[in-house]
Amino acid sequence: MTTKDVVITGMGATTPLGGDVASTWDGLLNGASGSRTIDADWVDTYELPSRIAAPLAVEPSEVLPRVRLRRMDRCEQIALIAAHQAWNDAGFELPSEEEQPVDPDRLGVSIGTGIGGPTTLLDQHDTLKSQGLRKVSPLTVPMLMPNGPAAHVSLELKARAGVHSPAAACASGAEGLATGMDMIRSGRADVVVAGGAEACIHPITVAGFAQSRTLSTRNDEPERASRPFDVDRDGFVMGEGAGVVVLESAEHAAARGARVYGRLAGAGITADAYHITGFHPDGLGQINAINAAIGTAGLSTTDIGHVNAHATSTVVGDVGEAAAIRKALGDDVVLTAPKGALGHLVGGAGAVESIVTVLSLYHGVVPPTCNLENPDPKVELEVVGGEPREMSSTAAVNDAFGFGGHNVALAFTRD
Amino acid sequence: MANEEITSGLASIVEEVAGVDAEEVSVEKSFVDDLDIDSLSMVEIAVQAEDKFGVKIPDDELANLKTVGDAVDYIVKNA
Repeated sequence: MTTKDVVITGMGATTPLGGDVASTWDGLLNGASGSRTIDADWVDTYELPSRIAAPLAVEPSEVLPRVRLRRMDRCEQIALIAAHQAWNDAGFELPSEEEQPVDPDRLGVSIGTGIGGPTTLLDQHDTLKSQGLRKVSPLTVPMLMPNGPAAHVSLELKARAGVHSPAAACASGAEGLATGMDMIRSGRADVVVAGGAEACIHPITVAGFAQSRTLSTRNDEPERASRPFDVDRDGFVMGEGAGVVVLESAEHAAARGARVYGRLAGAGITADAYHITGFHPDGLGQINAINAAIGTAGLSTTDIGHVNAHATSTVVGDVGEAAAIRKALGDDVVLTAPKGALGHLVGGAGAVESIVTVLSLYHGVVPPTCNLENPDPKVELEVVGGEPREMSSTAAVNDAFGFGGHNVALAFTRD
Repeated sequence: MANEEITSGLASIVEEVAGVDAEEVSVEKSFVDDLDIDSLSMVEIAVQAEDKFGVKIPDDELANLKTVGDAVDYIVKNA
């Protein structure tokens, strides 16, 4: 063990499958789907072609007090909820003026989001137009800014070693963890609260993604709409959710006798520099990210038992990713894709699915890919579908990619 | 409007905006030091008070309203 080893000692999440990590994990193992018909007038008003989304299973209003809710955008609310859970799970109490469980100057935050608070931005713009300046909230800017989720967590936990909020579209949550790992490895922090959050189910985001032709239109069967690697997939289902982990130097964790779920052993971050939404057809950026993740982890390709795929259920993306994984890791690695159950949590996805990957190694069980009925023959790797798969491998990779050509691969090991 | 009525109206605004129990909001309390209300919440409280009591509270006047009593007096004079 060296001081550079980074372990995961706490985890928290709020997702379309449940209001915490345990219920989310149970939902994944049981084949539950978080996708629903959007229950709002605007779907009809704007004649949106996709009428499906994966909303939170537990509303933030059931968890946070009213006044805290009104001072935060929904994205900030769920980041804070997931951070509270992760912090408690790591065995820490909330800090007070007298007592701080971690030295504030050695505690960092790295929580990414794809978009931040567009709902606040648009609501307040409506308020300005209809009621004028006086009724615009003085909290508008801190609620819409994309560093808001990380900043609120920093305030709550008295984290002063630096606060980052990576914006890498749908890879933001994974980049949140990668940045947190770097903060510990470079000696800037001993503990980093890291993750990602997104809550942007709004007419404009659904319309925008619909116009880029990336959303599923299986409107008559919402629970079956998100089906990564299935031959009948037709696009992703937009979800909302947050995942936050407590990353800790192995030395710091050992000194306080913390429970360790696993190790964030390596990260690879690359960019395609090819197209603003499409991935490089040769998959070079994805392959290089995976290679960098396992390389920095000191692992070899044969150590990796499974890949938690980014696989969003789009026609082109899933096949391209599988080909890249096969080129990077060979024919024996197996895949799973939690977005079949969770939908696509955008900036929350890479963080929530990192938690899924860590739990897969911790329990020795890989959850099935929801709605995988007829695996696409163009996917030339085995995909776990139907029932959970027991696996004894000690390392796994979590992929996360984003509009803009962002590729992030994280390598996790069982401690 | 009676002073007590203004105090209780102000108390319910403070409770709505800042989550301070209305019972805590009495004339001698300082918004910042006793009720822990920040400058952002004070802006919201002022806007709601303007609507409720039919007064104008310009920013330079708002800065002088240190206690709940100051605000009640201002509203009594200017409503």
